[in-house]
Amino acid sequence: MGFVQAIGRAFLTLLSTIGRLVIFVSAIAASLVQPPFYPRQLGRQLVQIGYYSLPVVGLTTLFTGMVLALQSYTGFARFNAESAVATVVVLSITRELAPVLAGLMVAGRIGAAMAAEIGTMRVTEQIDALTTLSTDPIRYLVLPRVLAGLLMLPLLVVVGDIIGVFGGFLIAVYRLDFNAANYLQATLEYLEPIDVISGLVKAATFGFLVSLMGCFHGFNSRGGAQGVGAATTGAVVSASILILICNYIITQLFFAR
Amino acid sequence: MTQSAAPPPPKIALAGVHKSFTDKSVLRGVDLEIGRSESLVVIGGSGTGKSVMIKCILGLMRPDAGDIEVDGDSVVGLSRSERSEFMTRVGMLFQGSALFDSLPVWENVAFGLIQGRRMHRAAAREVALAKLAQVGLTEDVGNLVPAELSGGMQKRVALARAIATDPEIIFFDEPTTGLDPIMGDVINELIVQCVRELGATALSITHDMASARKIADRIAMLHEGRIVWVGPPAAIDDSGNPYVDQFVHGRAEGPIRMPVRAR
Repeated sequence: MGFVQAIGRAFLTLLSTIGRLVIFVSAIAASLVQPPFYPRQLGRQLVQIGYYSLPVVGLTTLFTGMVLALQSYTGFARFNAESAVATVVVLSITRELAPVLAGLMVAGRIGAAMAAEIGTMRVTEQIDALTTLSTDPIRYLVLPRVLAGLLMLPLLVVVGDIIGVFGGFLIAVYRLDFNAANYLQATLEYLEPIDVISGLVKAATFGFLVSLMGCFHGFNSRGGAQGVGAATTGAVVSASILILICNYIITQLFFAR
Repeated sequence: MTQSAAPPPPKIALAGVHKSFTDKSVLRGVDLEIGRSESLVVIGGSGTGKSVMIKCILGLMRPDAGDIEVDGDSVVGLSRSERSEFMTRVGMLFQGSALFDSLPVWENVAFGLIQGRRMHRAAAREVALAKLAQVGLTEDVGNLVPAELSGGMQKRVALARAIATDPEIIFFDEPTTGLDPIMGDVINELIVQCVRELGATALSITHDMASARKIADRIAMLHEGRIVWVGPPAAIDDSGNPYVDQFVHGRAEGPIRMPVRAR
């Protein structure tokens, strides 16, 4: 009986979480079309998410591009297909690795920070204080963060695409003795706009998910320091899992025939 | 000053307010009226639902049953914009001060003016500094961030923030908790002074009897989710109510049994 109860309880918790999430998202959507807006808050979040995540995303994609060139070269050398290295690097980076890895890194960096900050505001009654000062916390705290995530992650991924391809180029030219001009030509030869665009659509989705999960878990945290810790964990884990699931779905939408 | 000839309609009226959480009912039919410009203090042990009562009036929580009226209009289930409008008439001092730690002190005080009322920042800063002066803080303090202040100073800032928009109604949630007796008395003095200057209606909750005696026009006792006694501070020592007696004298023995578990 206890086992069945446990399953039932978990299922009910899941349903109520989904319900709260739907209400949360519709409140965000409603605040999008009706003033007041808080441009100052939005600006702060754009800088926080976009500018300050550049080093993390840059380093991640640089080394990913480098290792990709090395791995695909050693793999393809077994059947004399070394010339495919440039294409493999650029397609993997733009379609998959830059958006997914940037999304996961930003989930760790930004989603966790949002959940901790908003969660602390919740348990110290700062969110209630906002309400008593005639300021809707959804508009003031959540909407700027969600918009900033949605807008900045594609920009980060554009930069990440370039740095990642550049990383592959460095290894190919300076370590694997490719001709630089040939490598660049091969890079661009099979690259189509849809490869980059699909990556940017993914990035926007992931940015939205990271901010949404950070805000949602922070907003619903309770019970002091432990609750804030749980909210932070929940934000990062749920954002990461949702990123991986959505990544598959978006890929299927774009490329499956 | 509250017992005028023709009784005006109450500023705040609670009728049969119930609120329960998953495993525990906290408010079990609270009936309470607070007159215009009256200072009412609700006393009661920890976990008796005092904070929940204030949150229900503010709309931060929704009561399960019963009605809450302000100036004769129900404030239960207001829409977001109506709630925001209602809040412009209200000030609240939170138990832990709840200052925004990312903003300097003056901006905390000016927050309701800048964000809520869309006042220009420079003008709002002037008002904020005046309110800070009213609670005995200088402009230098206004430029610090809340984390740099002691608990007593934070309470003063929170008080300045609560009165910054000249509200009609001010709520005080445990205003002296966590302060030393002297700083507690300073805060009590400031509360009495600020409320009187604004002519505001004040609803405070506390378990500090010294504070209650000082700031109350009337005292009400909340026990097990109901109001069990209401009367003037002078009458509290011989109320004849066993719950009030036990609470005022702080005895462990008596009709009140402190629950070991919180909700």
